Amino acid sequence: MTRQMTGARMVVQALKDQGVEVVFGYPGGAVLPIYDEIFQQNDIRHILVRHEQGAIHMAEGYARSTGKVGVALVTSGPGATNAVTGLTDALLDSIPIVVLSGQVPTFMIGTDAFQEADTIGITRPCTKHNWLVKDTDKLAETIHQAFHVASHGRPGPVLIDIPKDVQFATGTYMEPATARVSHYQPRMKGDPEAIAAMVEMMETAERPVFYTGGGVINSGLKASALLREFVAATGFPITSTLMGLGAYPASGKNWLGMLGMHGLYEANLAMHGCDLMINIGARFDDRITGRIPDFSPKSKKVHVDIDPSSINKVIRVDVGIVGDIAHVLEEALALWKSRGSKVNKDGLAKWWKQIAEWQAVKCLGYKGSAKVIKPQYALERLEALTKGMDRYITTEVGQHQMWAAQYLGFEDPNRWMTSGGLGTMGYGLPASIGVQVAHPDSLVINVAGEASWLMNMQEMGTAMQFRAPVKQFILNNERLGMVRQWQELLHGQRYSQSWSESLPDFVKLAEAFGCKGIQVTDPADLDDAIMEMIRYDGPFIFDCRVEKHENCFPMIPSGKPHNEMLLGDADTQGVIGAKGAVLV
Amino acid sequence: MSPLNIKKSASSHSAYELRDPNAPVIETHTLAVIVENEPGVLARVIGLFTARGYNIDSLTVAEVDHSSHRSRITVVTTGTPEVIVQIKAQLARMVPVYEVHDLTVEGPSVQRELALMKVAGRGEARIEALRLAEIFRAHVVDSTLESFVFEMTGTPEKIDSFAELMRPLGLREMARTGVAALSRGL
Repeated sequence: MTRQMTGARMVVQALKDQGVEVVFGYPGGAVLPIYDEIFQQNDIRHILVRHEQGAIHMAEGYARSTGKVGVALVTSGPGATNAVTGLTDALLDSIPIVVLSGQVPTFMIGTDAFQEADTIGITRPCTKHNWLVKDTDKLAETIHQAFHVASHGRPGPVLIDIPKDVQFATGTYMEPATARVSHYQPRMKGDPEAIAAMVEMMETAERPVFYTGGGVINSGLKASALLREFVAATGFPITSTLMGLGAYPASGKNWLGMLGMHGLYEANLAMHGCDLMINIGARFDDRITGRIPDFSPKSKKVHVDIDPSSINKVIRVDVGIVGDIAHVLEEALALWKSRGSKVNKDGLAKWWKQIAEWQAVKCLGYKGSAKVIKPQYALERLEALTKGMDRYITTEVGQHQMWAAQYLGFEDPNRWMTSGGLGTMGYGLPASIGVQVAHPDSLVINVAGEASWLMNMQEMGTAMQFRAPVKQFILNNERLGMVRQWQELLHGQRYSQSWSESLPDFVKLAEAFGCKGIQVTDPADLDDAIMEMIRYDGPFIFDCRVEKHENCFPMIPSGKPHNEMLLGDADTQGVIGAKGAVLV
Repeated sequence: MSPLNIKKSASSHSAYELRDPNAPVIETHTLAVIVENEPGVLARVIGLFTARGYNIDSLTVAEVDHSSHRSRITVVTTGTPEVIVQIKAQLARMVPVYEVHDLTVEGPSVQRELALMKVAGRGEARIEALRLAEIFRAHVVDSTLESFVFEMTGTPEKIDSFAELMRPLGLREMARTGVAALSRGL
């Protein structure tokens, strides 16, 4: 059956056929035909953002919290360039999104036309793949391919640039089932020999540790379930990167907490001291490894990743397994069971004893205060008062993000949305809206710093318009806290440009947007205020005034190995050498 | 490497090993990348090399199968063994890339490059240039009373050697295609 329709209608039809329910976007000249089609249908909901960067982060939040592909629609020129930060963010965190951008008509490309930009050229390095569609007959197939590429293999952002004349012209629609996607088929099943090698190492290891990452969450719910089963069956300790939180529950018996630059003492020392490291869906990011030559020097390393280029990129491993995590875990678990479910019990008992000593250090301890709100305390109270609720957390970027990762517990995957790889300030507010759109009845909280939050605060308008009752929990220290911390530690306490002056009155700001705000300065008022925020039916801005000079610990200074962590302010004098200073 | 200079690190031109034994081993590999011939595919491949700081010593590209829209990119690159492995993995995961072959490790291969060289001169130099061209099996494809254009096909090393000899004899201009390569046998 061939169906003739305009390119613009094709876009909407293809999105419907891909199961898309919501599109985040902003209209403009080069996408008017598509907006005209959106107007004439009711199957796809359109969320009008206030800035295209917001649209991309919303699509990311939607994708990360549902496991589906997020979709954004932007116009040519500035619409597309505003999307670049979000695309890069999604690329570094492997978030599957499809971005549709308008383009000037094909016959005007290259003439420096109004709102023309070389969108394909600009977004080539920040997408997994992108396409310029010059022929309406190829438009539907390209959109189907785009969904395939975004969601298969290592997920990522893709962009389709659609000139305006292609949207107006009539062509033949192609169904998803007939679209040619055959040549992009990443390997799903791991090499059986490599899996066997991993299982053998697991049977004898004295000091094993699972080191898991965002790949487990990207692989799907089955991967998390298998991981939990494997950890429970082996009794191995498990730690996770920032991106992987929730794949294994924070209340789980074998949980060591997050690892990395601001990870827990026990997690980092377990990584440093292990004799078998099993990396599942993480990528040896520099925030994890610290100084490469000193990274877990005595361990054998196994790395499971769907992206072959991740293996041996930074850290040389003994066994590399390319494949989808759920597939690999399933086969590894079956093989391990069929060989008798063996582990080195004596070794493990000693290892857990050692870990218990590290845990006894209580690295997340901090000095409490009855006068000012400590940011850690605010998050402990938020955790206590929202635990057990149907809760999703997003964050901005900085100290508050690390504290949120440390003090909030995640019991399930897809509940934690944060900008890990790119570290995009301004991510959390729009991401929280994307999450709320996907989960309208859930509690969605953006843990923010005031500086990050201001970067995309215009999206409060979106939250109001679409009745997304997102809670903005702003830890306001009137500082760019993480920048300030680094300046204290390695730039002689010269706090260059790292304070927030002329801040808005957040309560009045909330009122100006038509929602509710509250300011809290006294720790005694905190619990009631948090409950008020949770109960409020609508968007809410919580201006939580916290200690201004609190530093985020534990911390592995740049250029240092895992066993040289700082646990508190007393440890910080002269800790970062000139070499470390360069590493950021 | 400037096209008219002998490679600094190459030892084949010297009686001594010139490489620092303690320096990381830098290898030269010839990769054949079979790609979908879609717009921008070359920019994508080149962009990968620049973005990740890899070297391109030589690059050729042309469609080799019109009916299936396949192009072959032959790229000569240098790096440590770890970097070479990473380059191949990064290329292989690109959406329009079908196959990546490392001709340097996948057995013997044939590598050829075509060069055109304009040599100006009179008298003895002109005769000497012609004599050397014969030895190197270069063809004269253009001649005036004061110049020749030689065409030669060969390995990049052979073209380097010929160019070195032509330089004192009046080499004015040179155009090279870059390396095309195929594995030997089936």
